[in-house]
Amino acid sequence: MSEWVELNMGPQHPSTHGVLRLKIKVEGEIVREVEPVIGYLHRNAEKLCENTFFCDNLLYFDRMDYVGAPGMEVGYLEAAEKLLGVPPPERAIWIRTIMAELSRIASHLVWLGAYGLDLGMLTPFFYAFDLREKIMTIFVEASGSRLLTNYCSIGGVYQDFNEKIVQEIEDFINIAPSKIEELNSLFVKNDIFISRTKGIGYMSKEVAIDYGVTGPMLRASGVEYDVRKAEPYLAYSKVNFEIPVSSKGDNLARFLVRIEEMRQSVKIISQAIKKLPDGPFFNPKAKKSMMIRMRGEGEVYARTEASKGEFGVYIVGDGGVKPYRVRVRSPSLKNLSVLREIGKNVMIADLVAISGTTDLVFGEIDR
Amino acid sequence: MKTGEPGLITTTLEKALEWGRSNSIWPLTFGLACCAIEMMAVQASKVDISRFGSEIFRSSPRQSDLMIVAGTVTKKMAPRVKRLYDEMPYPKYVIAMGVCVIQGGPYVEGYSVVLGVDRVIPVDVYVPGCPPTPEALTYGIMTLQKKIRGENTR
Repeated sequence: MSEWVELNMGPQHPSTHGVLRLKIKVEGEIVREVEPVIGYLHRNAEKLCENTFFCDNLLYFDRMDYVGAPGMEVGYLEAAEKLLGVPPPERAIWIRTIMAELSRIASHLVWLGAYGLDLGMLTPFFYAFDLREKIMTIFVEASGSRLLTNYCSIGGVYQDFNEKIVQEIEDFINIAPSKIEELNSLFVKNDIFISRTKGIGYMSKEVAIDYGVTGPMLRASGVEYDVRKAEPYLAYSKVNFEIPVSSKGDNLARFLVRIEEMRQSVKIISQAIKKLPDGPFFNPKAKKSMMIRMRGEGEVYARTEASKGEFGVYIVGDGGVKPYRVRVRSPSLKNLSVLREIGKNVMIADLVAISGTTDLVFGEIDR
Repeated sequence: MKTGEPGLITTTLEKALEWGRSNSIWPLTFGLACCAIEMMAVQASKVDISRFGSEIFRSSPRQSDLMIVAGTVTKKMAPRVKRLYDEMPYPKYVIAMGVCVIQGGPYVEGYSVVLGVDRVIPVDVYVPGCPPTPEALTYGIMTLQKKIRGENTR
Protein backbone atom coordinates (compact mmCIF):
# COMPACT_ATOMS: atom_id res chain seq x y z
CA MET A 1 0.00 0.00 0.00
CA SER A 2 1.46 3.33 -1.00
CA GLU A 3 1.19 6.32 1.27
CA TRP A 4 -2.09 8.20 1.64
CA VAL A 5 -2.03 11.95 2.08
CA GLU A 6 -4.75 13.69 4.05
CA LEU A 7 -6.08 16.85 2.45
CA ASN A 8 -8.55 19.47 3.54
CA MET A 9 -11.09 21.05 1.17
CA GLY A 10 -12.89 24.03 2.56
CA PRO A 11 -14.66 25.53 4.47
CA GLN A 12 -13.64 28.35 2.12
CA HIS A 13 -13.42 26.73 -1.27
CA PRO A 14 -15.00 27.94 -4.52
CA SER A 15 -16.72 24.64 -5.26
CA THR A 16 -18.15 23.71 -1.88
CA HIS A 17 -21.30 25.84 -2.28
CA GLY A 18 -21.06 27.46 1.08
CA VAL A 19 -19.16 26.17 4.04
CA LEU A 20 -18.70 22.44 3.43
CA ARG A 21 -15.43 21.00 4.60
CA LEU A 22 -14.24 17.74 3.09
CA LYS A 23 -11.50 15.72 4.72
CA ILE A 24 -10.09 13.61 1.91
CA LYS A 25 -7.39 10.98 1.80
CA VAL A 26 -5.62 10.85 -1.54
CA GLU A 27 -3.27 8.41 -3.15
CA GLY A 28 -1.65 10.48 -5.86
CA GLU A 29 -4.55 12.06 -7.71
CA ILE A 30 -7.09 9.47 -6.62
CA VAL A 31 -9.40 10.08 -3.70
CA ARG A 32 -9.60 7.04 -1.44
CA GLU A 33 -11.75 8.36 1.39
CA VAL A 34 -14.04 11.34 1.82
CA GLU A 35 -15.41 12.61 5.07
CA PRO A 36 -17.72 15.63 5.02
CA VAL A 37 -17.48 17.89 8.08
CA ILE A 38 -20.54 20.02 8.69
CA GLY A 39 -21.70 22.49 11.30
CA TYR A 40 -20.06 25.68 10.05
CA LEU A 41 -23.46 27.29 9.57
CA HIS A 42 -25.28 25.88 12.58
CA ARG A 43 -27.66 28.71 13.46
CA ASN A 44 -29.84 26.78 15.93
CA ALA A 45 -33.03 27.51 13.98
CA GLU A 46 -34.85 24.52 15.50
CA LYS A 47 -34.17 25.76 19.02
CA LEU A 48 -35.16 29.33 18.20
CA CYS A 49 -38.47 28.05 16.80
CA GLU A 50 -39.41 27.00 20.32
CA ASN A 51 -39.20 30.61 21.55
CA THR A 52 -41.24 32.11 18.74
CA PHE A 53 -44.95 32.23 17.88
CA PHE A 54 -46.26 29.75 15.34
CA CYS A 55 -46.82 32.52 12.80
CA ASP A 56 -43.32 34.00 13.19
CA ASN A 57 -41.44 30.72 12.77
CA LEU A 58 -41.75 31.09 9.00
CA LEU A 59 -38.80 33.42 9.13
CA TYR A 60 -36.46 30.64 10.19
CA PHE A 61 -37.83 28.32 7.53
CA ASP A 62 -37.19 30.93 4.83
CA ARG A 63 -33.57 30.96 5.85
CA MET A 64 -33.17 27.18 5.66
CA ASP A 65 -33.22 26.61 1.92
CA TYR A 66 -32.55 30.20 0.99
CA VAL A 67 -32.39 29.62 -2.75
CA GLY A 68 -36.00 28.43 -2.82
CA ALA A 69 -37.63 30.07 0.17
CA PRO A 70 -41.37 29.69 -0.70
CA GLY A 71 -40.88 25.94 -0.99
CA MET A 72 -39.76 25.82 2.64
CA GLU A 73 -42.68 27.97 3.80
CA VAL A 74 -45.07 25.55 2.16
CA GLY A 75 -43.44 22.68 4.01
CA TYR A 76 -43.76 24.32 7.40
CA LEU A 77 -47.33 25.46 6.83
CA GLU A 78 -48.43 21.96 5.79
CA ALA A 79 -47.55 20.87 9.31
CA ALA A 80 -48.44 24.01 11.27
CA GLU A 81 -51.89 24.41 9.75
CA LYS A 82 -52.69 20.79 10.49
CA LEU A 83 -51.72 21.38 14.13
CA LEU A 84 -53.54 24.70 14.52
CA GLY A 85 -56.60 23.66 12.51
CA VAL A 86 -56.74 26.61 10.13
CA PRO A 87 -56.85 25.23 6.56
CA PRO A 88 -56.13 27.74 3.80
CA PRO A 89 -58.88 28.62 1.29
CA GLU A 90 -58.83 27.29 -2.26
CA ARG A 91 -57.28 30.38 -3.84
CA ALA A 92 -54.40 30.42 -1.37
CA ILE A 93 -53.66 26.75 -2.16
CA TRP A 94 -53.29 27.52 -5.86
CA ILE A 95 -51.21 30.63 -5.19
CA ARG A 96 -48.90 28.59 -2.97
CA THR A 97 -48.55 25.95 -5.67
CA ILE A 98 -47.42 28.61 -8.13
CA MET A 99 -44.95 30.12 -5.65
CA ALA A 100 -43.51 26.72 -4.72
CA GLU A 101 -42.93 25.82 -8.36
CA LEU A 102 -41.38 29.21 -9.13
CA SER A 103 -39.00 28.69 -6.23
CA ARG A 104 -38.11 25.24 -7.56
CA ILE A 105 -37.11 26.78 -10.88
CA ALA A 106 -35.15 29.55 -9.10
CA SER A 107 -33.32 26.98 -6.99
CA HIS A 108 -32.41 24.79 -9.96
CA LEU A 109 -31.19 27.86 -11.86
CA VAL A 110 -28.82 28.82 -9.05
CA TRP A 111 -27.60 25.23 -9.03
CA LEU A 112 -27.08 25.26 -12.79
CA GLY A 113 -25.08 28.47 -12.67
CA ALA A 114 -22.96 27.26 -9.78
CA TYR A 115 -22.40 23.86 -11.37
CA GLY A 116 -21.12 25.55 -14.49
CA LEU A 117 -18.66 27.49 -12.35
CA ASP A 118 -17.55 24.24 -10.68
CA LEU A 119 -16.64 22.80 -14.05
CA GLY A 120 -14.98 25.97 -15.26
CA MET A 121 -17.81 27.31 -17.42
CA LEU A 122 -18.53 30.95 -16.71
CA THR A 123 -21.11 31.69 -19.42
CA PRO A 124 -24.09 29.60 -18.19
CA PHE A 125 -23.92 31.44 -14.88
CA PHE A 126 -25.00 34.69 -16.54
CA TYR A 127 -27.75 33.00 -18.56
CA ALA A 128 -29.11 31.26 -15.47
CA PHE A 129 -29.15 34.38 -13.35
CA ASP A 130 -30.73 36.36 -16.17
CA LEU A 131 -33.75 34.03 -16.12
CA ARG A 132 -33.72 33.96 -12.34
CA GLU A 133 -34.05 37.75 -12.20
CA LYS A 134 -37.45 37.36 -13.91
CA ILE A 135 -38.61 35.16 -11.02
CA MET A 136 -37.19 37.65 -8.54
CA THR A 137 -39.33 40.43 -10.07
CA ILE A 138 -42.41 38.26 -9.50
CA PHE A 139 -41.36 37.65 -5.88
CA VAL A 140 -40.75 41.37 -5.29
CA GLU A 141 -44.16 42.21 -6.72
CA ALA A 142 -45.89 39.57 -4.58
CA SER A 143 -44.07 39.86 -1.28
CA GLY A 144 -41.79 42.90 -1.37
CA SER A 145 -38.64 40.84 -0.97
CA ARG A 146 -36.37 39.22 -3.50
CA LEU A 147 -34.86 36.19 -1.88
CA LEU A 148 -36.46 35.44 1.49
CA THR A 149 -40.05 36.14 0.63
CA ASN A 150 -41.98 35.31 3.83
CA TYR A 151 -44.99 35.33 1.52
CA CYS A 152 -47.15 32.48 2.76
CA SER A 153 -48.60 32.82 6.22
CA ILE A 154 -50.75 30.67 8.47
CA GLY A 155 -54.22 30.35 6.95
CA GLY A 156 -53.40 31.81 3.56
CA VAL A 157 -50.93 34.13 1.92
CA TYR A 158 -49.67 37.58 2.83
CA GLN A 159 -51.43 39.37 -0.03
CA ASP A 160 -53.50 38.51 -3.05
CA PHE A 161 -52.18 38.10 -6.57
CA ASN A 162 -53.10 41.25 -8.48
CA GLU A 163 -53.35 41.61 -12.26
CA LYS A 164 -49.77 42.76 -12.58
CA ILE A 165 -48.38 39.64 -10.90
CA VAL A 166 -50.56 37.38 -13.05
CA GLN A 167 -49.33 39.23 -16.14
CA GLU A 168 -45.71 38.87 -15.06
CA ILE A 169 -46.13 35.15 -14.43
CA GLU A 170 -47.70 34.73 -17.87
CA ASP A 171 -44.77 36.58 -19.41
CA PHE A 172 -42.43 34.26 -17.55
CA ILE A 173 -44.24 31.17 -18.82
CA ASN A 174 -43.88 32.47 -22.37
CA ILE A 175 -40.14 33.05 -22.26
CA ALA A 176 -39.02 30.34 -19.83
CA PRO A 177 -39.15 27.21 -22.09
CA SER A 178 -36.93 28.76 -24.78
CA LYS A 179 -34.50 30.09 -22.16
CA ILE A 180 -34.28 26.67 -20.52
CA GLU A 181 -33.57 25.09 -23.93
CA GLU A 182 -30.83 27.66 -24.47
CA LEU A 183 -29.28 26.85 -21.10
CA ASN A 184 -29.54 23.12 -21.75
CA SER A 185 -27.79 23.42 -25.12
CA LEU A 186 -24.98 25.45 -23.51
CA PHE A 187 -24.22 22.40 -21.40
CA VAL A 188 -25.04 19.28 -23.38
CA LYS A 189 -23.46 20.49 -26.63
CA ASN A 190 -20.17 21.02 -24.83
CA ASP A 191 -17.80 18.08 -25.18
CA ILE A 192 -15.85 18.96 -22.06
CA PHE A 193 -19.02 19.02 -19.99
CA ILE A 194 -20.11 15.63 -21.31
CA SER A 195 -16.73 14.03 -20.69
CA ARG A 196 -16.66 15.36 -17.14
CA THR A 197 -20.15 14.18 -16.25
CA LYS A 198 -21.01 11.09 -18.30
CA GLY A 199 -20.38 7.91 -16.34
CA ILE A 200 -18.85 9.77 -13.41
CA GLY A 201 -20.23 9.65 -9.88
CA TYR A 202 -22.36 6.57 -10.43
CA MET A 203 -24.88 5.90 -7.68
CA SER A 204 -26.87 2.70 -7.78
CA LYS A 205 -30.51 2.38 -6.83
CA GLU A 206 -29.71 0.39 -3.71
CA VAL A 207 -27.12 2.87 -2.41
CA ALA A 208 -29.53 5.75 -2.97
CA ILE A 209 -32.32 4.04 -1.04
CA ASP A 210 -29.99 2.90 1.76
CA TYR A 211 -28.74 6.43 2.41
CA GLY A 212 -32.21 7.99 2.29
CA VAL A 213 -31.43 10.10 -0.76
CA THR A 214 -34.45 11.92 -2.17
CA GLY A 215 -35.30 14.41 -4.84
CA PRO A 216 -33.62 14.70 -8.25
CA MET A 217 -30.66 12.62 -7.03
CA LEU A 218 -32.88 9.65 -6.26
CA ARG A 219 -34.84 9.99 -9.49
CA ALA A 220 -31.62 10.09 -11.48
CA SER A 221 -30.83 6.65 -10.05
CA GLY A 222 -34.00 5.16 -11.44
CA VAL A 223 -36.46 5.33 -8.54
CA GLU A 224 -39.73 6.94 -9.48
CA TYR A 225 -40.56 8.65 -6.21
CA ASP A 226 -41.84 12.16 -5.75
CA VAL A 227 -43.93 13.33 -2.79
CA ARG A 228 -45.99 15.43 -5.15
CA LYS A 229 -47.26 12.19 -6.74
CA ALA A 230 -46.89 9.73 -3.86
CA GLU A 231 -48.76 11.83 -1.31
CA PRO A 232 -50.20 14.87 -3.11
CA TYR A 233 -50.42 18.09 -1.16
CA LEU A 234 -51.51 21.61 -2.23
CA ALA A 235 -53.03 21.42 -5.71
CA TYR A 236 -50.67 18.85 -7.20
CA SER A 237 -53.38 16.22 -7.61
CA LYS A 238 -55.31 18.60 -9.90
CA VAL A 239 -52.56 19.38 -12.41
CA ASN A 240 -50.91 17.22 -15.04
CA PHE A 241 -47.20 16.70 -14.85
CA GLU A 242 -44.65 13.94 -15.13
CA ILE A 243 -41.79 12.90 -12.91
CA PRO A 244 -38.53 12.79 -14.83
CA VAL A 245 -36.65 9.56 -14.13
CA SER A 246 -33.31 8.36 -15.44
CA SER A 247 -31.72 4.97 -14.87
CA LYS A 248 -28.14 6.09 -15.56
CA GLY A 249 -27.33 7.36 -12.05
CA ASP A 250 -24.34 9.48 -13.06
CA ASN A 251 -23.67 13.22 -12.99
CA LEU A 252 -25.18 13.78 -16.41
CA ALA A 253 -28.40 12.01 -15.40
CA ARG A 254 -28.79 14.27 -12.37
CA PHE A 255 -28.23 17.29 -14.56
CA LEU A 256 -30.81 16.18 -17.12
CA VAL A 257 -33.38 15.31 -14.44
CA ARG A 258 -33.12 18.82 -13.02
CA ILE A 259 -33.48 20.40 -16.46
CA GLU A 260 -36.59 18.30 -17.13
CA GLU A 261 -37.98 19.22 -13.70
CA MET A 262 -37.77 22.88 -14.61
CA ARG A 263 -39.76 22.20 -17.78
CA GLN A 264 -42.39 20.32 -15.77
CA SER A 265 -42.56 23.18 -13.24
CA VAL A 266 -43.28 25.65 -16.03
CA LYS A 267 -46.04 23.26 -17.16
CA ILE A 268 -47.53 23.19 -13.64
CA ILE A 269 -47.45 26.99 -13.33
CA SER A 270 -49.13 27.49 -16.69
CA GLN A 271 -51.97 25.15 -15.67
CA ALA A 272 -52.28 26.67 -12.21
CA ILE A 273 -52.46 30.25 -13.41
CA LYS A 274 -55.37 29.30 -15.70
CA LYS A 275 -57.20 27.45 -12.95
CA LEU A 276 -56.62 30.12 -10.27
CA PRO A 277 -60.05 30.34 -8.56
CA ASP A 278 -61.67 33.50 -7.20
CA GLY A 279 -62.44 33.94 -3.54
CA PRO A 280 -60.71 34.86 -0.32
CA PHE A 281 -56.97 34.38 -0.06
CA PHE A 282 -57.00 34.19 3.72
CA ASN A 283 -58.80 32.05 6.27
CA PRO A 284 -60.80 34.50 8.45
CA LYS A 285 -59.99 32.37 11.51
CA ALA A 286 -56.34 33.36 11.10
CA LYS A 287 -56.66 37.12 10.81
CA LYS A 288 -53.79 39.26 11.99
CA SER A 289 -55.10 40.11 15.46
CA MET A 290 -55.73 36.41 16.18
CA MET A 291 -52.41 35.22 14.82
CA ILE A 292 -50.29 35.28 17.97
CA ARG A 293 -53.07 33.80 20.08
CA MET A 294 -53.37 30.57 18.12
CA ARG A 295 -52.67 27.51 20.21
CA GLY A 296 -51.78 24.03 19.06
CA GLU A 297 -51.69 20.71 20.87
CA GLY A 298 -50.50 17.36 19.61
CA GLU A 299 -47.96 16.04 17.16
CA VAL A 300 -47.92 16.45 13.42
CA TYR A 301 -45.58 15.42 10.64
CA ALA A 302 -45.92 16.73 7.12
CA ARG A 303 -43.76 16.11 4.12
CA THR A 304 -43.39 18.06 0.94
CA GLU A 305 -41.19 17.91 -2.12
CA ALA A 306 -38.76 20.80 -1.88
CA SER A 307 -36.34 21.53 -4.69
CA LYS A 308 -33.66 19.34 -3.06
CA GLY A 309 -35.85 16.42 -2.09
CA GLU A 310 -38.27 15.31 0.58
CA PHE A 311 -38.64 18.01 3.22
CA GLY A 312 -40.30 16.86 6.41
CA VAL A 313 -41.44 18.99 9.33
CA TYR A 314 -42.38 17.53 12.69
CA ILE A 315 -44.03 19.83 15.24
CA VAL A 316 -45.05 19.06 18.81
CA GLY A 317 -47.42 21.49 20.51
CA ASP A 318 -48.17 21.51 24.22
CA GLY A 319 -51.23 23.76 24.01
CA GLY A 320 -49.26 26.97 24.13
CA VAL A 321 -48.81 29.77 21.62
CA LYS A 322 -45.35 28.51 20.78
CA PRO A 323 -44.32 25.06 19.56
CA TYR A 324 -42.79 22.69 22.08
CA ARG A 325 -40.44 21.14 19.56
CA VAL A 326 -39.75 21.60 15.87
CA ARG A 327 -37.74 19.05 13.96
CA VAL A 328 -36.76 19.21 10.33
CA ARG A 329 -35.88 16.36 8.00
CA SER A 330 -33.65 18.14 5.55
CA PRO A 331 -33.07 16.59 2.13
CA SER A 332 -29.61 18.10 1.56
CA LEU A 333 -28.19 16.42 4.65
CA LYS A 334 -29.17 12.98 3.39
CA ASN A 335 -27.93 13.81 -0.10
CA LEU A 336 -24.60 14.90 1.35
CA SER A 337 -24.15 11.74 3.39
CA VAL A 338 -24.02 9.63 0.24
CA LEU A 339 -20.92 11.54 -0.89
CA ARG A 340 -18.86 9.23 1.29
CA GLU A 341 -19.98 6.37 -0.92
CA ILE A 342 -19.94 7.90 -4.41
CA GLY A 343 -16.90 10.14 -3.86
CA LYS A 344 -14.62 7.15 -3.35
CA ASN A 345 -11.91 6.10 -5.86
CA VAL A 346 -12.36 9.08 -8.16
CA MET A 347 -9.98 11.82 -9.27
CA ILE A 348 -9.83 14.99 -7.15
CA ALA A 349 -11.27 17.06 -10.01
CA ASP A 350 -14.16 14.62 -10.34
CA LEU A 351 -14.93 14.92 -6.64
CA VAL A 352 -15.76 18.58 -7.30
CA ALA A 353 -18.05 17.57 -10.15
CA ILE A 354 -19.76 14.95 -7.97
CA SER A 355 -20.27 17.12 -4.90
CA GLY A 356 -21.67 19.79 -7.22
CA THR A 357 -24.50 17.54 -8.37
CA THR A 358 -25.69 16.89 -4.82
CA ASP A 359 -27.02 20.49 -4.76
CA LEU A 360 -26.05 21.40 -1.23
CA VAL A 361 -27.53 24.31 0.67
CA PHE A 362 -25.99 24.76 4.05
CA GLY A 363 -28.77 26.70 5.69
CA GLU A 364 -30.75 23.49 5.48
CA ILE A 365 -28.02 21.00 6.38
CA ASP A 366 -26.76 22.72 9.53
CA ARG A 367 -29.94 24.67 10.30
CA MET B 1 -11.12 70.91 -28.40
CA LYS B 2 -8.42 68.69 -29.81
CA THR B 3 -5.08 70.36 -30.29
CA GLY B 4 -2.93 67.30 -30.66
CA GLU B 5 -0.75 68.28 -27.73
CA PRO B 6 -0.33 65.75 -24.91
CA GLY B 7 -2.60 66.45 -21.94
CA LEU B 8 -1.10 67.19 -18.55
CA ILE B 9 -2.56 66.46 -15.12
CA THR B 10 -0.90 67.48 -11.91
CA THR B 11 -1.66 65.29 -8.91
CA THR B 12 0.00 63.79 -5.88
CA LEU B 13 1.26 60.24 -5.89
CA GLU B 14 -1.16 59.31 -3.09
CA LYS B 15 -4.14 60.57 -5.08
CA ALA B 16 -3.14 58.54 -8.13
CA LEU B 17 -2.58 55.44 -6.02
CA GLU B 18 -5.91 55.82 -4.25
CA TRP B 19 -7.70 56.29 -7.55
CA GLY B 20 -6.18 53.14 -8.94
CA ARG B 21 -6.80 51.17 -5.80
CA SER B 22 -10.44 52.20 -5.52
CA ASN B 23 -11.23 51.13 -9.08
CA SER B 24 -9.73 47.66 -8.93
CA ILE B 25 -11.10 46.07 -5.77
CA TRP B 26 -11.06 42.31 -6.20
CA PRO B 27 -13.40 40.56 -3.78
CA LEU B 28 -12.82 37.16 -2.24
CA THR B 29 -15.23 34.34 -3.16
CA PHE B 30 -16.50 33.87 0.33
CA GLY B 31 -20.18 32.99 0.65
CA LEU B 32 -21.43 31.85 4.01
CA ALA B 33 -25.22 31.82 3.83
CA CYS B 34 -28.24 33.49 2.26
CA CYS B 35 -26.48 36.76 1.44
CA ALA B 36 -24.05 34.85 -0.79
CA ILE B 37 -26.85 34.30 -3.31
CA GLU B 38 -27.37 38.05 -3.53
CA MET B 39 -23.60 38.46 -3.80
CA MET B 40 -23.74 36.13 -6.81
CA ALA B 41 -26.58 38.23 -8.23
CA VAL B 42 -24.35 41.30 -7.94
CA GLN B 43 -21.81 39.51 -10.09
CA ALA B 44 -24.43 38.44 -12.67
CA SER B 45 -25.84 40.31 -15.59
CA LYS B 46 -28.49 42.62 -14.15
CA VAL B 47 -26.44 44.44 -11.51
CA ASP B 48 -23.02 44.12 -13.04
CA ILE B 49 -20.33 44.74 -10.47
CA SER B 50 -17.62 44.85 -13.16
CA ARG B 51 -18.74 48.40 -13.94
CA PHE B 52 -16.94 49.33 -10.73
CA GLY B 53 -13.81 47.35 -11.41
CA SER B 54 -14.66 44.47 -9.07
CA GLU B 55 -15.64 41.77 -11.54
CA ILE B 56 -13.00 39.22 -10.67
CA PHE B 57 -13.97 37.18 -7.62
CA ARG B 58 -10.74 35.53 -6.54
CA SER B 59 -10.85 32.18 -4.82
CA SER B 60 -7.60 32.69 -2.97
CA PRO B 61 -7.35 35.27 -0.17
CA ARG B 62 -3.81 36.07 -1.28
CA GLN B 63 -5.07 37.58 -4.53
CA SER B 64 -7.96 39.60 -3.17
CA ASP B 65 -8.39 43.05 -1.64
CA LEU B 66 -11.91 42.92 -0.30
CA MET B 67 -13.70 40.40 1.87
CA ILE B 68 -17.49 40.55 1.60
CA VAL B 69 -18.68 38.65 4.67
CA ALA B 70 -21.99 37.41 3.28
CA GLY B 71 -23.93 35.36 5.80
CA THR B 72 -24.13 34.41 9.45
CA VAL B 73 -20.78 33.88 11.14
CA THR B 74 -21.00 31.04 13.64
CA LYS B 75 -18.63 30.31 16.48
CA LYS B 76 -17.23 27.36 14.55
CA MET B 77 -16.59 29.51 11.47
CA ALA B 78 -15.19 32.62 13.22
CA PRO B 79 -11.57 31.35 13.54
CA ARG B 80 -11.60 30.54 9.81
CA VAL B 81 -12.86 34.03 8.98
CA LYS B 82 -10.04 35.51 11.05
CA ARG B 83 -7.49 33.27 9.36
CA LEU B 84 -8.71 34.18 5.87
CA TYR B 85 -8.53 37.86 6.79
CA ASP B 86 -4.98 37.43 8.04
CA GLU B 87 -3.99 35.73 4.79
CA MET B 88 -5.09 38.70 2.67
CA PRO B 89 -2.34 41.16 1.67
CA TYR B 90 -2.47 44.83 2.66
CA PRO B 91 -4.30 47.08 1.89
CA LYS B 92 -7.41 45.04 2.67
CA TYR B 93 -11.02 45.97 3.26
CA VAL B 94 -14.08 44.26 4.73
CA ILE B 95 -17.75 44.77 3.93
CA ALA B 96 -20.22 43.34 6.43
CA MET B 97 -23.20 42.29 4.34
CA GLY B 98 -26.51 41.61 6.01
CA VAL B 99 -27.89 42.06 9.47
CA CYS B 100 -26.55 38.69 10.74
CA VAL B 101 -23.00 39.86 10.12
CA ILE B 102 -23.67 43.25 11.68
CA GLN B 103 -25.23 42.16 14.98
CA GLY B 104 -26.64 38.63 14.76
CA GLY B 105 -29.92 39.36 13.02
CA PRO B 106 -32.75 36.85 13.52
CA TYR B 107 -30.32 34.49 15.26
CA VAL B 108 -29.31 37.03 17.92
CA GLU B 109 -30.76 34.86 20.70
CA GLY B 110 -29.00 31.72 19.54
CA TYR B 111 -26.14 30.01 21.28
CA SER B 112 -23.86 29.42 18.32
CA VAL B 113 -23.86 32.72 16.44
CA VAL B 114 -21.19 35.43 16.67
CA LEU B 115 -22.99 38.70 17.35
CA GLY B 116 -21.36 40.74 14.64
CA VAL B 117 -18.28 39.94 12.59
CA ASP B 118 -16.64 43.12 13.93
CA ARG B 119 -15.88 41.15 17.08
CA VAL B 120 -13.49 39.09 14.97
CA ILE B 121 -12.15 41.34 12.20
CA PRO B 122 -12.32 45.12 11.55
CA VAL B 123 -15.14 46.22 9.24
CA ASP B 124 -15.07 49.17 6.83
CA VAL B 125 -18.61 49.33 5.46
CA TYR B 126 -21.84 47.91 6.89
CA VAL B 127 -24.64 47.02 4.45
CA PRO B 128 -27.87 46.32 6.37
CA GLY B 129 -30.76 44.21 5.09
CA CYS B 130 -31.92 40.63 5.32
CA PRO B 131 -30.63 40.04 2.72
CA PRO B 132 -29.56 43.38 1.23
CA THR B 133 -30.60 43.81 -2.39
CA PRO B 134 -27.85 43.70 -5.03
CA GLU B 135 -28.31 47.45 -5.43
CA ALA B 136 -27.57 47.94 -1.73
CA LEU B 137 -24.36 45.93 -1.95
CA THR B 138 -23.32 47.92 -5.02
CA TYR B 139 -23.89 51.09 -3.02
CA GLY B 140 -21.77 49.60 -0.25
CA ILE B 141 -18.92 49.02 -2.71
CA MET B 142 -19.27 52.59 -4.01
CA THR B 143 -19.10 53.85 -0.43
CA LEU B 144 -15.93 51.83 0.08
CA GLN B 145 -14.44 53.38 -3.07
CA LYS B 146 -15.19 56.83 -1.68
CA LYS B 147 -13.61 55.84 1.59
CA ILE B 148 -10.46 54.63 -0.16
CA ARG B 149 -10.23 57.91 -2.08
CA GLY B 150 -10.51 59.79 1.20
CA GLU B 151 -13.79 61.47 0.30
CA ASN B 152 -16.61 62.27 2.65
CA THR B 153 -18.92 59.24 2.75
CA ARG B 154 -21.89 60.89 4.44
